[in-house]
Amino acid sequence: MTASVRAELLRLLRWPTTMVLGGVWLLMNLSFAYVFPYLSYRSAVADGDTRLAAVLLEDVSMAQLPPTLVQGMPMFGGAIVLILAALATGSGYGWTTWKTVYTQGPSRLRAVGGTLVALAMIIAGLVLVTLALDVAAGAAIMALESQAVVWPGATDLARGVGAGLLITAMFGAFGAVLGVLARSPALAVGLGLVWALVAENLLRGVAGLLGPLETVTDLLPGTAAGSLAGALGAVGESAGGGDPGANGGTPGVLSVLDGGTASALLAAYAAVFVVALLLIVRHRDI
Amino acid sequence: MNDTIVVTDQLTKRYGGRTAVDRVDLTVRHGEVYGFLGPNGAGKTTTLRMLLGLARPSSGTARILGGRPGSPAVLRRVGALVEGPGFYPYLSGRDNLRVLARYRGVGGTEVEDALDTVDLRHRAADRFKAYSMGRKQRLGGAGALLGRPDLLILDEPTNGLDPAGMADMRRLLRRLAEGGQTVLLSSHLLGDVQQICDRVGVIASGRLVAESTVDDLRETSGVRLRAEPVDLAVRTLARVTSAAVHREPEGLLRIELPADRCAALARALVHAGVDVHEIGPIDQSLEDAFFEMTGTVEVAS
Repeated sequence: MTASVRAELLRLLRWPTTMVLGGVWLLMNLSFAYVFPYLSYRSAVADGDTRLAAVLLEDVSMAQLPPTLVQGMPMFGGAIVLILAALATGSGYGWTTWKTVYTQGPSRLRAVGGTLVALAMIIAGLVLVTLALDVAAGAAIMALESQAVVWPGATDLARGVGAGLLITAMFGAFGAVLGVLARSPALAVGLGLVWALVAENLLRGVAGLLGPLETVTDLLPGTAAGSLAGALGAVGESAGGGDPGANGGTPGVLSVLDGGTASALLAAYAAVFVVALLLIVRHRDI
Repeated sequence: MNDTIVVTDQLTKRYGGRTAVDRVDLTVRHGEVYGFLGPNGAGKTTTLRMLLGLARPSSGTARILGGRPGSPAVLRRVGALVEGPGFYPYLSGRDNLRVLARYRGVGGTEVEDALDTVDLRHRAADRFKAYSMGRKQRLGGAGALLGRPDLLILDEPTNGLDPAGMADMRRLLRRLAEGGQTVLLSSHLLGDVQQICDRVGVIASGRLVAESTVDDLRETSGVRLRAEPVDLAVRTLARVTSAAVHREPEGLLRIELPADRCAALARALVHAGVDVHEIGPIDQSLEDAFFEMTGTVEVAS
């Protein structure tokens, strides 16, 4: 397995797509979590709205680091990770590199296992880089505003990182299995995005009208991801749909499930996706 | 010592109602270059994919190097290039081989050796997507050579190569066989096969219709002669042999007899007053044999 992971890390880390998608996520996170709120804060200060200014400054403070870290992951961060994973597995069919790899000696499970582990390492690295960037951005703003830095508790910070890893792991596993199922990067990415950004939101909207459907939508992957972010304190849209962000919250963040249930559900989805992927790879002709 | 490297028993692959490979029994021996011949769509690539474990047989079995196709223990001793070279387009040729070398568990020296062997070291830093078809094929060959495999399975290895590249590839394959490696290659380029292969298997419509040495397949298929008067020649031949005599265009006659009967036939014809302008064994090219075999099957099916 180590050989497969080393091989996959070599090709994934030199893939421009990895860098582009990682860069897009970091830029979005920095922009929406820090730059725009800080600009809004400066505007509120200029307008003399001290109450709003205090709220906005609190949002970008270091104490809010755990929810800030994960607030974008249920929707945009998850979508980006899904795209990366779907491309990582799906492209191998278009380039016919899976065939080349499978004839080099590793078993199919070791080869694709190497891809999954390498992807997990890259995604974990991305979460940690996001954390470092958020720390730097929060500290810079506090310094600019001559505010004391109040660090979050170690447990809260660990929970935030853990939640980020769990959310992105679930989306990564989802993208990887879609890539293998579709045998095509384009179809996998398209299906994944339609599900993550459109279908789940539509279902949650319909569930507001059809009561029994709510039981199902409460257990969807996106619901679990959004609920975990919400459980950490991220502010999201109201449960049951509505105009995302209309209440000032972050799209994708929900308060449907408690943190424990959401975590368990995310772990279960990730496990199911990985097992499904391994079964498909093991039994299907290349 | 068992010198059988590849053996299949009734190997069959069906896709829905279509049979792509139909009860194929082939045998590849140690140290030989085995040519797997057949027209497009005959089942060559599907057979090779089953031998590599990329596709599962619908029925029948195959053994490679004493093991199960696709098992890691077997694949570590096999180098393969099937359905064209599949590499990461954004990586250089060298980095692509480094990825494969990591999978195979071999070092960087082997990567450089493989690049040297296929004469690609000077362009190894270029991205794969910038390679010409010929260079892509060479890189595919280099990937197959990593780890000095005991068996090379190559699907149309000269595809996309220029004439010089094709000659290089032929020399390389012969050299590998002389060094003790076994080569199983598929091709529809009969000239290539005739030049480098020790034995060939001919597949048509999914069925193995012949498996033999190249020389045996090209064996003389009779005696051809030009003589006058033709009618007297035919009557004389009918008297001295029971073999069938066929009239061919331009006054030629073909007799289904072994080539060593030429001298006796010539004597009988001259003795009967026939002028014999030319007589000799019919040398059948591999191409003739190929068309005869594959054509027969197509008619039969």
